[in-house]
Amino acid sequence: MKDWPLWEVFVRAKGGMSHRHVGSVHAPDPEIALRHARDTYTRRMEGVSLWVVPSARIVASDPSDDAAMFDPAEDKIYRHPTFYDIPDDVKHI
Amino acid sequence: MYTTELQKSKPVQSLEDPEKLAAFEARVAADEFIEPKDWMPEAYRRTLTRQISQHAHSEIVGMLPEGNWITRAPSLRRKAILLAKVQDEAGHGLYLYSAAETLGTSRDEMIEALHSGKAKYSTIFNYPTLTWADIGAIGWLVDGAAIMNQVPLQRTSYGPYARAMVRVCKEESFHQRQGYEIMIHLAAGTAEQKRMAQDALNRWWWPSLMMFGPPDADSPNTAQSMRWRIKRDTNDELRQKFVDITVPQAEALGLTVPDPDLRWNEAKGGYDFGDVDWEEFYAVVKGEGPVAKERMKARREAWEKNAWVREAAAAYAEKHRRKAEAA
Repeated sequence: MKDWPLWEVFVRAKGGMSHRHVGSVHAPDPEIALRHARDTYTRRMEGVSLWVVPSARIVASDPSDDAAMFDPAEDKIYRHPTFYDIPDDVKHI
Repeated sequence: MYTTELQKSKPVQSLEDPEKLAAFEARVAADEFIEPKDWMPEAYRRTLTRQISQHAHSEIVGMLPEGNWITRAPSLRRKAILLAKVQDEAGHGLYLYSAAETLGTSRDEMIEALHSGKAKYSTIFNYPTLTWADIGAIGWLVDGAAIMNQVPLQRTSYGPYARAMVRVCKEESFHQRQGYEIMIHLAAGTAEQKRMAQDALNRWWWPSLMMFGPPDADSPNTAQSMRWRIKRDTNDELRQKFVDITVPQAEALGLTVPDPDLRWNEAKGGYDFGDVDWEEFYAVVKGEGPVAKERMKARREAWEKNAWVREAAAAYAEKHRRKAEAA
């Protein structure tokens, strides 16, 4: 038998937090994907909400493009507050 | 539950780009994690696929010896606990299959390799569970040995495997404690119950020590696997650690570890213990375990008898896909 499609599983641990990726399951359709996700990833009150997303629909950056994608931030340290010198006696800034 | 390098492959000559290989080795040496889409040497991919899938198979086959006792658990409390434990083992198998799939082998191929007998799983599951005390001994010793093996793997170099191990380790401690609790009750029970507990310890002690794999001297891939952070401690180191923490637990139960050579060695700060029967180990690896055939038969039957569920689910999904298309 051919494998069922793969779904990525995201769990919200509790209200106020984002959904976080926890793993994947195989399932023929969204409903069964949700059931499998529940049985596989939330047996111990790990969450209050589940998302399942077809893995094939995820668009990912290519690790070989890491330099082009993420390095440009390194020479823009002026984006960080610590770049700026403020006299010690100036408060609340 | 865990299995360790049961199927050996010959070390391969690397035909790979030496620059990429050097960069990879440097990343691993710096304790960085390797993720599915990163470049990796073929031998790393192959070794990991084998190790993770064997580990997954062990979780799945590991359900059988214990599932065997669910209907005969001595109380509702024990039955609920055992059900939860066996369900956890299924979950552990699924986390691990998912991790192995990220290396490019399909779930279907792995299941097929298990059912055809091509893939190995931990030798421990080819021993029978004869009495209720065996369920105690398995939780205490087998899951205890598994924890010892798995805790360092939370820092293994392959990201998906390390993350699966974090989940597994979180859940495994309950397995060991429920087993030890069964042993406490039996050991403090009637003379007959205590005899059952001792008998289970006698039968499971040596197979548990075998779970750490062959001695370091006969484990030629250890150095490579340690360098790649696929393995973080040698087989003998982990075995020693297991003996050192488990012997006092047996003493607390008032049970005797079945090893006449077992002695505390003050100088090394650990126990000396007798030789493991490695001939038995290799025979069991080859599928000559007392219940190896029975296990695989049960596994294949479960797969085949439930084929209709998978077919129905697939048909249902297909029907709804068509309906959605037509709408």
